[in-house]
Amino acid sequence: MSKLTVASSPHYHNQRDTGAVMRMVIFACIPGIAMQTWFFGYGVLIQVFLCVLTAVVSEAIILEIRKKNTVRAVKDYSAVLAGLLLAISIPPLSPWWISVIGASFAIIVVKQFYGGLGYNMFNPAMTAYIMLLISFPVQMTSWLPPISLTEQQFSLWDAIHTVFTGFTAEGYSVGQLRVGVDGVTMATPLDHMKTQLTQGYTVDEALTNDIYSGNSGIGWAPIAIAFLLGGLALIKLRVINWHIPFSMIAGALITAFIFYLVDPSTFASPWFHFINGSLVFGAFFIATDPVSSSTTNNGRLIFGFAIGVWIIIIRTWGNYPDAVAFSVVLMNMAVPLIDYYTKPRTYGHKLKAKSMSEK
Amino acid sequence: MFADFDQIMERLATKQLWDFAGGVHPDGHKGLSNQHQIADAGLPDYLYIPIKQHIGVDAELIVNVGDRVKSGQPLTESHNPFAVPVHASSSGEVIAIDEHIAAHPSGIKEATITIKVDGLDTQYNFDPVNNYNTRDKAEIVEAICKAGISGMGGAGFPTHLKSNNVKPIEFLIINGVECEPYITADDRLMREHAWQIRQGIDVLNYLLKPRQVLIAIEDNKPEAFETMSIACQQQDNYQVISIPTKYPAGGEKQLIQMLTSREVPSDGLPVDVGCLMYNVGTCYAVADAIIEGKPLTKRVVTLTGKALEKPQNFWVKIGTPVEHLLQLSGYNPDKQEYPRIIMGGPMMGFTLSSVKVPVIKTTNCLLAPEKNELAIVEDERACIRCSACADACPISLLPQQLYWYSTSKDYEVAQQYNLFDCIECGACAFVCPSEIPLVHYYRIAKAEIRQQKVEKEKSEKAKQRFEARKARLLKEKKEREEKHRLAAEARKRAMQSDDSGAKDKIAAALARAKAKKAGQATTEAPKESSGAPQAQSQQDKVAAAIARAKAKKAAQQSDNAASEKEQNTETQKTEDNPSQDDKKAKVAAAIARAKAKKAAQQSEDANEPKQENDQQASEESKPASEISEQDKKAKIAAAIARAKAKKAANKKANDE
Repeated sequence: MSKLTVASSPHYHNQRDTGAVMRMVIFACIPGIAMQTWFFGYGVLIQVFLCVLTAVVSEAIILEIRKKNTVRAVKDYSAVLAGLLLAISIPPLSPWWISVIGASFAIIVVKQFYGGLGYNMFNPAMTAYIMLLISFPVQMTSWLPPISLTEQQFSLWDAIHTVFTGFTAEGYSVGQLRVGVDGVTMATPLDHMKTQLTQGYTVDEALTNDIYSGNSGIGWAPIAIAFLLGGLALIKLRVINWHIPFSMIAGALITAFIFYLVDPSTFASPWFHFINGSLVFGAFFIATDPVSSSTTNNGRLIFGFAIGVWIIIIRTWGNYPDAVAFSVVLMNMAVPLIDYYTKPRTYGHKLKAKSMSEK
Repeated sequence: MFADFDQIMERLATKQLWDFAGGVHPDGHKGLSNQHQIADAGLPDYLYIPIKQHIGVDAELIVNVGDRVKSGQPLTESHNPFAVPVHASSSGEVIAIDEHIAAHPSGIKEATITIKVDGLDTQYNFDPVNNYNTRDKAEIVEAICKAGISGMGGAGFPTHLKSNNVKPIEFLIINGVECEPYITADDRLMREHAWQIRQGIDVLNYLLKPRQVLIAIEDNKPEAFETMSIACQQQDNYQVISIPTKYPAGGEKQLIQMLTSREVPSDGLPVDVGCLMYNVGTCYAVADAIIEGKPLTKRVVTLTGKALEKPQNFWVKIGTPVEHLLQLSGYNPDKQEYPRIIMGGPMMGFTLSSVKVPVIKTTNCLLAPEKNELAIVEDERACIRCSACADACPISLLPQQLYWYSTSKDYEVAQQYNLFDCIECGACAFVCPSEIPLVHYYRIAKAEIRQQKVEKEKSEKAKQRFEARKARLLKEKKEREEKHRLAAEARKRAMQSDDSGAKDKIAAALARAKAKKAGQATTEAPKESSGAPQAQSQQDKVAAAIARAKAKKAAQQSDNAASEKEQNTETQKTEDNPSQDDKKAKVAAAIARAKAKKAAQQSEDANEPKQENDQQASEESKPASEISEQDKKAKIAAAIARAKAKKAANKKANDE
């Protein structure tokens, strides 16, 4: 009889490999991206294209230099996902070099310099976002108002033109595009609310602006809900655990609610915080990045909750309108500590303390 | 912390169960093999019966090569509680008792009895335990032991040990879960032999007197559930429970947790939480042993996998080589790109390196998968810390941390993360998206930690031995010094008080003592000698000593010659001494002695203990000096003797 193949048990594996996990996350992003495109134009798709391409190329170059199996590593879709998440986070009409610098920084510095997939301590997309935000604050905060509010209508060609030249085909700059029908520069709801509050207006007064529809910024609510649905699908498919999204949103809502109770006229409501900005997107797609988040379920509850608290604190008192990136990266640093103190009780061990001690 | 008996009974009455952490849901593939009745695998040409097929120690051999044995005849006998005997599973001749490849992942060879089967299957006389429920428990336990029963679910723990329990048992749990994919041996056994299993349970029930018997069957085996329910319906304290299909629900710890919410302590046994568990196959074997008196010589083995033409279950004689069964099932290895035979299930079984491996008491399945049926994983990628493994772990370990610390050889920390609690069920590796063979790494880490422990103990013992020896030597040295000091003092006193005659005596005694010490020094010298010159002087010494001895002997011989002439002649012949003259010989010997002594003196002078040898020499030369007469012949003879002595000494030295 021919030689028998010898292997170590288990001999049985489920079919979900890393690539499949990453692809599922990518698919779950699609509703949100579609909504973003609907409200903010084709710029979103151009950024996605640029970021993903740059991320994959950067990954391939570094892996070649490191003499790793490039094809196999690129096929795991982790670079694609990192690029995609960054693209979703940056303003749709940012110049092309923002995307290129950001995506290459995310992959080369944040991911590969730390050892590649599985070894990076920080979330690549968010760290790159922070780098961009600090280095290029003007470009990174130049969010267009939803298409329905802009004075200038623009096409896919306009969007491409703007991203690569800084001007639409007709020669309008991004700054001009941001001017609303009333001639006032449009800001994101969070940005606007922050500015209004610092200028002494109350929340209710701020909400009278055109960019709001009821309590939420126009366009932002549908986007948040689309990401929420995608995220719930990921939980349902057991790609992510519920712990981080749940606790992160809970952390943000509880913190916001406490401030809201203190003074509803100077602090925005929990609902406002939930539906505006990238809280939902961050909760389901950013903070759940397996590599840089906590690995125990109890740890994830702490990790997520702390991110939620930080988001509200930074949104309220920080210099930047949104805070998901800062909060996530802050908590990334705490992950080893959280993991160490949240080991689950092993079967047959009485107390956590005992299981820690010498057996 | 855990539910008490009444709470558990209440909960079970509502058909509710607890759950264990984690778990996975691999496809069962049970339909491949559970559609046919258990067939008889027949007799192979040879049976290979390993002497040890359980956890514990070997039993003692009671057959020899050449013996004819009958089916069921014991081949080994147990005198140790941890030993389980093995039996001939068919009649024939013992043709070898040697090493044969064993049913072990490593493909190691183990002591095995080979029987050439005669095909008659002549039965040994069995001795059932009649009316067991009137007998003493010890008698039943002994019968179980003699029947060679060890746990048939997998681990192979000696059943008599488990049954010889004195602690109170609340739940006797009969494990018919069979959670591993593909395996249907217990399923078929329950469907076809529920009554006999029930009889076995009755025996255990009598032995252990549990408050409740729980028979657990996974809900993917409705037929088995039904037959067992019918078989057990007359017994009030028996309850057949359908449990949800989830791997590894059939694990002892997991099943106990599911049924009772209790957790077996990490360093304890199920009996510590009032539970005892037996596999249904074990119950069947117990019934055989007690009611029929039959020892364990056969078991049900599932032959399955898509590489087999006819997957099904077989009654297999223990010791049947896998080859025989593969032939029966229509296995064609040439059709397989990667021929693989897995003994056990796909989750915890091990691949065989040879088809000569025999079926043993714990073998429940032989799985021959096609290439893509169970994909061979060689594409290990980086861990992305997704902790799908932690979610799958049935005992709430953190497999990725264990992986990290195991591969980085940080074994201390790995143990802090409870590496040794891992039951190696394979759930973590099953779900790992990076296809990391986690269990494999844990096994390596465990083996290395065990090895380190053994080595540490060894070196610890060696250290203790060394220190003890050092202390002993020091003590001896001190004692010696003390003795010498006392002796010296005594001599001093004696010298001060006595005259010169006494002084001489003391001097002589001193010389003797010194000589003794010198002797000691020479015996100790070889240990310390390292350089070539030292070795040379050592040789000289030895040579001198030998010369001395020869001379002495020669003198003795010549003395003897004076009285007994014949003997003398003979002796001298053997000594190759040409001289026949007594007198001459005597003289020659004396001279030789003297010369030899001189030589000895010289050689020892070259070293250290000079005076001692002087003394010794002068003492020994006394009788020699009495012989004053010397002539030419004697001189020659002496020269010859000297030469001979020297030669002999040299030779001896060279030999050494």
